[in-house]
Amino acid sequence: MKFPLRYSLLLVLFCAAAQGGEWSGNIAGELRLFPSEPLHGEQHAGNLSLSLDPEFHHEWEERGQSLVFNPFLRLDQHDPERTHADVRELYWQKVAERWELRLGIRTVFWGVTESQHLVDIINQTDLVENLDGEDKLGQPMMDLALIGEWGTLELFILPFFRERTFPGARGRLRAPLSVDTDDPEYESSAEDHHLDWALRWSRSVGDWDIGLSHFSGTGREPQLKLRLGGSDFLKLVPYYDQIQQTGLDVQLTKGPWLWKLEAIHRSGQAESFAAVTAGFEYTFTGVFGTAADVGILAEYLYDSRGDDAPLPFENDVFLGVRVGFNDTQTTELLAGAIVDPQSGATFASLELSRRLGSNWRLNVEARAFLHFPETDPAYSLRNDDYLQAELAWYF
Amino acid sequence: MTALRGGYSTQTRAASGMLLSLLLAFMCAAETPEEKGLAIATESTLRDTGWGDYETTATMVLRNRQGDESTRELRIRYLEQEDDGDKSLVVFDRPSDIKGTALLTHTHKAEADDQWLYLPALKRVKRISSSNKSGPFVGSEFAYEDLSSQEVEKHTYKHLRDEALDGLPCFVIERVPVDPDSGYTRQIVWIDQGEYRIQKVDFYDRKDALLKTLSVKGYQLYLDKYWRAGELNMINHQTGKSTQMLWTNTLFRKGFTSRDFDQSSLASVK
Repeated sequence: MKFPLRYSLLLVLFCAAAQGGEWSGNIAGELRLFPSEPLHGEQHAGNLSLSLDPEFHHEWEERGQSLVFNPFLRLDQHDPERTHADVRELYWQKVAERWELRLGIRTVFWGVTESQHLVDIINQTDLVENLDGEDKLGQPMMDLALIGEWGTLELFILPFFRERTFPGARGRLRAPLSVDTDDPEYESSAEDHHLDWALRWSRSVGDWDIGLSHFSGTGREPQLKLRLGGSDFLKLVPYYDQIQQTGLDVQLTKGPWLWKLEAIHRSGQAESFAAVTAGFEYTFTGVFGTAADVGILAEYLYDSRGDDAPLPFENDVFLGVRVGFNDTQTTELLAGAIVDPQSGATFASLELSRRLGSNWRLNVEARAFLHFPETDPAYSLRNDDYLQAELAWYF
Repeated sequence: MTALRGGYSTQTRAASGMLLSLLLAFMCAAETPEEKGLAIATESTLRDTGWGDYETTATMVLRNRQGDESTRELRIRYLEQEDDGDKSLVVFDRPSDIKGTALLTHTHKAEADDQWLYLPALKRVKRISSSNKSGPFVGSEFAYEDLSSQEVEKHTYKHLRDEALDGLPCFVIERVPVDPDSGYTRQIVWIDQGEYRIQKVDFYDRKDALLKTLSVKGYQLYLDKYWRAGELNMINHQTGKSTQMLWTNTLFRKGFTSRDFDQSSLASVK
């Protein structure tokens, strides 16, 4: 956080002086309700939260150069760990005919599947935001993209590491022991200053979109180690390994079919392992004579570590349905469940979103953890089913 | 997505030019209504060839039967392709919750179009299916296919009659979509005889009932050769809803290249 904050002060000064730039973004209020009794006395049944997500954008030289600044702030009623600020993006970009160069803090997404994002590794997960792992912390980087007939080759130099955020003792959706993020451990003696790098080649050929990537450096996903905190209590501390991860993501688009594959091989974190997510999305358009589209999603999730995997998804099936109502309010619904066919453990999720008026948007989210056995890493979330409503005002 | 332009579209090559000459040569002889329909469509396309690239701003006003309005603002840039369908990039400015969302389309003459969507909240580029061409574009009365690059090859044609529309002498032709995924059985198109510009279109749904009527107004001439409409009005007769689309700030020959229409540009355009 030291670096991003220092940069953002500079940028605020720059923005004040800049002409022609543009602010947009949203401010949102969020309410979470947990119907089940919390497992830990310091937790609460409900939670209010406020977030601010503005973005400044300025470009010059007829789109050749641009500057982007996207700070983020959340204030949380109960969990001081969830009250946090971040610089999601703060970078300068130069776009030329055969190359693009970006310097600063960015958020980069890789991948194609819906149920989990195996290949996506550049940014650290902002876990206190949402347990789906789709919220990310800004990553300082230099990113050079070379563009040719053969596709796009991107080189990332990642000089500073961002630690994963974890809910605090008073927050829900956490392990039985809370994670002490003030005392992380690293395999590298350079700790969070290890110079990580990544390469990605991507290309679209006809119906195919293909990406091949390699990452070398500090693993984004920590092991949680049991440590003695002071004289008489135990705590979890994150341990960040040095890893090598090779990833492949492929999508084939054929009429209403999207066929998707993500696969990774990772070494350096205990035993080497492979993991795969593969599946499809099929869209029915204009169902029942309405304007709505209904998409059916199915994905298979595999992790060669089996039950030793730190994630609950090691040999599971994801089934989902996506409805785009194609109405004036852009109403959208995504419902799905990841099921372990052996144990019956199920993670169910529902997301509903609708514009209200012209500047407001209501997002409703419900998540449930069903039949998780004691041996599953997600067992500690068994009483943390929740219903969330977020009302956002866009400017 | 390529907006309805003055005529059909751009992709007339030497080959179709030759075809046209042949057709014209036979015109005086026995020309069937199908031949005459195709000749009109081809001439309309030929007259709108060679514009290169342009960008424009569109405001869409969506109205329901009760008269409630909702507004969309978008910026669009186009790149003409010599041997293929055009490329387009649409960026949304309003409503503000979808600001920065961008849609990249590489249209093709015969095979399905390629489409990618950029979602700014996730910084994610998604390849999407283009098979939903009959679906509404951002909740409006325009379907994706109404706004798509209108290659001659995408329809078969038949000249019905000549008649005046608001005092303007027009050819009236029927065109039938080749693609079975189209939401229409046929369209009746009024094209003015002087400049070969689309003036009005009646759309018939899959049950062959009149679904929508498009009226085109405010044509302006650019580069002394290319006509672009200032206003499109689409009325849905079955729901009573309508969408008005206003085009402003049209600028030709911006010097775009295919790099301005690739996936990197999709993520970096704001």
